[in-house]
Formats: sequence, structure tokens, C-alpha cells
Amino acid sequence: MALYVARRLLMLIPTLVGMSLLIFLMLRLLPGDIVDILAGPDPQTTSAARDQLREAMGLNEPLPVQYLQWLGALLTGDPGDSLRSGIPVAELLANSLPITVQLAFMATLIATVVAIPLGIVSAVRRDTGLDFLARIGGLIGLSLPNFWLATLALLVTSKVFGWVPSTRYISPFDDLSGNLLQMILPATALAVQLMAIEMRMTRTTMLEVLNQDYIRTARAKGLRNRLVVYRHALRNALIPVITVVGFQLGALLGTSAIVEVIFGLNGVGNTLLQAIFNRDYPLVQAATLYLATIFVLINLAVDVLYAYLDPRIKQA
Amino acid sequence: MTTSTVTAVTLDTAGVRGRPWWSIPPRWRNPIGIAGLVIVVLTIVVAIFAPVIAPYDPDAQDNTRLLSPSAANLMGTDELGRDTFSRIVFGARVSLQVGVISVLIALVIGATLGITAGYVGGTMDSLLMRFTDVLFAFPGLVLAIVISGLLGASRTNAMIAIGIVYAPAFARVIRGSVLSVMSEPYVESGRVIGATGPRLVQQYLLPNILAPLIVMATVYLSSAILSEAALSFLGLGTQPPEPSWGGMLNLARTYMEISPWMAIFPGLAIMIVVLGFNFLGDGLRDVLDPRLRER
Repeated sequence: MALYVARRLLMLIPTLVGMSLLIFLMLRLLPGDIVDILAGPDPQTTSAARDQLREAMGLNEPLPVQYLQWLGALLTGDPGDSLRSGIPVAELLANSLPITVQLAFMATLIATVVAIPLGIVSAVRRDTGLDFLARIGGLIGLSLPNFWLATLALLVTSKVFGWVPSTRYISPFDDLSGNLLQMILPATALAVQLMAIEMRMTRTTMLEVLNQDYIRTARAKGLRNRLVVYRHALRNALIPVITVVGFQLGALLGTSAIVEVIFGLNGVGNTLLQAIFNRDYPLVQAATLYLATIFVLINLAVDVLYAYLDPRIKQA
Repeated sequence: MTTSTVTAVTLDTAGVRGRPWWSIPPRWRNPIGIAGLVIVVLTIVVAIFAPVIAPYDPDAQDNTRLLSPSAANLMGTDELGRDTFSRIVFGARVSLQVGVISVLIALVIGATLGITAGYVGGTMDSLLMRFTDVLFAFPGLVLAIVISGLLGASRTNAMIAIGIVYAPAFARVIRGSVLSVMSEPYVESGRVIGATGPRLVQQYLLPNILAPLIVMATVYLSSAILSEAALSFLGLGTQPPEPSWGGMLNLARTYMEISPWMAIFPGLAIMIVVLGFNFLGDGLRDVLDPRLRER
């Protein structure tokens, strides 16, 4: 197991290098001179000032040197200051990351609690009215745009209750109930699509497992249905579901951007978006790379968990 | 012997006379898939005949502003007095166009990468697959936001961004199918009779990986439409005044206290069309995937 984890960690290095290279090149190969974009079309910015900016940003160095300098700065945890606000990028990200992470975890929790029991029932009572409803519901859930749900949720609470969640993030360590009250709507809006994905996946794998020979054996030796389903089938059926949940948890780090914008929460996604609109490149690069790194690490953790739960994987 | 002949004949007549020649074969009778097909076809019809169906010019600001739905304005009007129904009808064009083109972009990039990797193999294979791994290592929406934001907010760039984001998924599936098809005896027999390179790919590989590709493309069409709506909602896709459902929803947020209708109809439109493609994809999977059919 330790060997497997070590090997997977080693394999992560080329991926991370590739990712950072891609992000770096995407911004450098952009049409137009980055200095022109940063200095703006203001004619008062003299060419001397432009040269100064160019020098200060290290843009006169050859590309490989620039890349290494940038990577070095990122690794030491100091990716520079925001071009717009002058606040260190590290500080901006440290403030916004907890919001996004909390949203992603809460949404995953809400989705899983609802989806897995529904998926099991749908598979066990296959082809009944209940199963049909669950399947249709799953497809509808897949098709609901989360930004629409979030907008409607906000509309309903403000119209009906005359209340909107605060946009200033309340830390759960300061005020847990205030924090939950603030996050429950955005997390639920984010959860619906995931709920549909998990439900469909649970149903499919459950059906597959219920068709296996060892389930027939379990039934043949006279075990009660409940025991067959929960003790024998569910354990194996849930393994692929765990992978999907983990992968989707990572994806939520990105999708939450939309919900953050709607609820005015200052998460990483929202920060990234503002940075893109402001052409605040150091912030764009750092936010993208950090989000992608977390995403990759979560996926790795899921793979390791998968190998732990299903020993057949390790040999492959 | 006699019995079996009789049975065969009986079965045959049942097959021929039991249902008229124009009826749908049993395996294509899939209520969810057909519902999806109906929605998709209706959307295409709406998009093609938009100028005929829409009662007003989608950009004409000659109605009173922020009206509720009425006989004159079926879905009300927006903040500039434009007819929401007409804008939704024209928005179908944007959604379908973006969906189809971005999936085509993903398909072309993915097929090029996947077929090259699977067919050539070796170093080329691992090199290309590492590259797709890197693209895969970004959360989808983040990559789409960054690419379309850096290229500049426009519908074309949104389509490129979505195409690039979905390409690795296509590349992987296509490579996998190519690898499995390549080991089939009929490909080997193709080689034996002298088919090489392009001909082998065209005549032997492509037809046999088509079924999973069709299902995948349908499902990704729905995701692409959702992604375009999301990007436009964030201000990174289709730009106003062009009517796109995501963009309309974005504008609606400012006015929804006064006119909630503005926030309801564009979202409903997105949901119905995406649902149509999801239903269709689900149905196609049941019909085209022989492994699932047996069960």
C-alpha cells in the first residue's frame, strides 16, 4: 500500500509540472503585450515607465528563466502581490479558500445523504413506479442549471422571508449557526446536480452487483433480503460511487465559483473571476494553479482510497 | 425437427405481420429517449424558424419595460422593454449553435489525439496521454473560465474554451475504443488484405467506435449548453445585446425583485433543452450499448 501511494505521488510530479507550464504559457502566449494590457491604453504612461514595469516583472528574461522564477516564488508561498489591490496574492487566497472548501464539502454531504439511499431503493425496486420517478428525477437534477437554482433560491427567500444571506463570510468558528444559515442555500444549490449524478451511479452499480453470482448464492443460502442488500451488495456497489463522489468534490471547487458570485461570497472562484476581469495575472495564475493542485490531490486521495477498498486495483 | 420448423415459421410471421412495416422496432421503443428526441427536435425547429415564431424583433425596445406575462408578451418584457418570449426563441439558436460547435471542436481534437495515441502507440501514446492528463487535472469550469477570460469574452471564445475542456474526455474514450477494436480479428484481417494507415482507420476503426461516440456526444451536448449558459451568466460567453439564456439570467438578477419573471423563463428554457439532450442520451445508451440491453 505504501509503495502504491509513493508511486502515485511520484506520478503526480510530471502532472503538476505540466499544469504549471500550461498556466504559465497560457498567459505569456496571449495575443498582445502583457505590459500594454497592464499599463492600459493611457497615453500618459511613457515608454520609460513601460520599460520599468517590464523590468520589474522580469519580462526581459528568457521564457524558461521567467518560468523558473515564477515557479520558485509559488513554491515558497509568495506568488507576488495583486496588480489591482496590491494585497499579497497568498493573503487573498488564504482568505477565500475556506469559503470554497466549506461550500464544496457541505454540498457533497447534502448530496450524498440524499442520493445514496435513493439510488439503493431505486435499484432494489427496479422497474417500479418509484424507480421510474427516481430515474426521471435524476435526469431532471442533471439538467437543472445550478446558477438558476441559486438565483431562484435567493429570489424566494427575499420575497417570502424578506431575508437574504449575508455576503460577509461568517467563520464557523466564530458563529456556527450563523455560518450554517449563510451557507445552506448556496451549498444546496450546488448539491442538486451532484445528487443526481450520485443517485444514478448508485443505482447502476447496485443493479450490476445484484446480478452477480455471489448475491444469488447469498439468497440461495436463505439470507433475508435486507441482509443481502446491505451486507453483501451495498459494500461492493459503493466502491465506484466513492470515486465519483471524490472526483465531483474536486470539481465542485470550480463549479462553486458561480454560486459564490450569486451569493456574493468571496471564495476562490469569485476571486479568480474578478482577477480575470481585472486582468490581474499574478492572481489568475496562482488561483488557477492552487485550485488545480487541490483538485489533483483530492483525486489522488480518492484513487488511494479506492485501491484500499478494492485490492484488485493495485495490481493493475 | 418438424416442431422446430413450425416454431420458426410462427415466429417469423409474428415478426412480419405482428406489426406494420412503419412501426418502431422493439429495441427503439424507449419512452425516455423518445421524449428526449421530441424535445430536441422541437428545439431545433424553434431555432430554425425563430423569425417566424417570435412575435417581436428580439432587440426591439418598443414595449413597456419589466412587464409581467400577458397575452401580448407571453413571458413579459425585460429592463429595456424587449419581449422575453422572442428573446428566448432566438436564444435557442445561440444554445444549439454553441452546443454543437463546441462538441465538434472537442470531438475533432479528441479524435485526433485519441486515434493517433491508440493507433501509433508507444512514446507518442504516452506523450499524448500525459498531455490529456494535464488538461484533465483542472476542474472543468475553472479551465473554461480561464481560457475564455484570457482569450476575451465572446461567444466564439466560449465555444473554443468548452471544446478544449471536453477534448480530453473524448481523447480518452476514443483511444480506449481504438485499442480494443485494434485487437479484434476483423482489423487483423483488414491488415492481411493490405489495408494500411488511413484506410484502416476509416474503414475498420471509425465505424466500430461510432456507437459510444454518438452517446458521448449527445451527453456532452447537454453539458456544453449548460457550460455556455454558465459562462454567459458570468459575463464570459455571449455578450449583450445578443439573446443568450445565460446572459438573460445574469441581467435578471438585477431586476428580479421587481420582475421575477425575468429570472424564471430563461432558466426554464435551459433546463428543458438540457433535459431533452439528457433524455436522448439516456435512451441512446440503452439502445446502442449492447451490454446494457441484455440485462
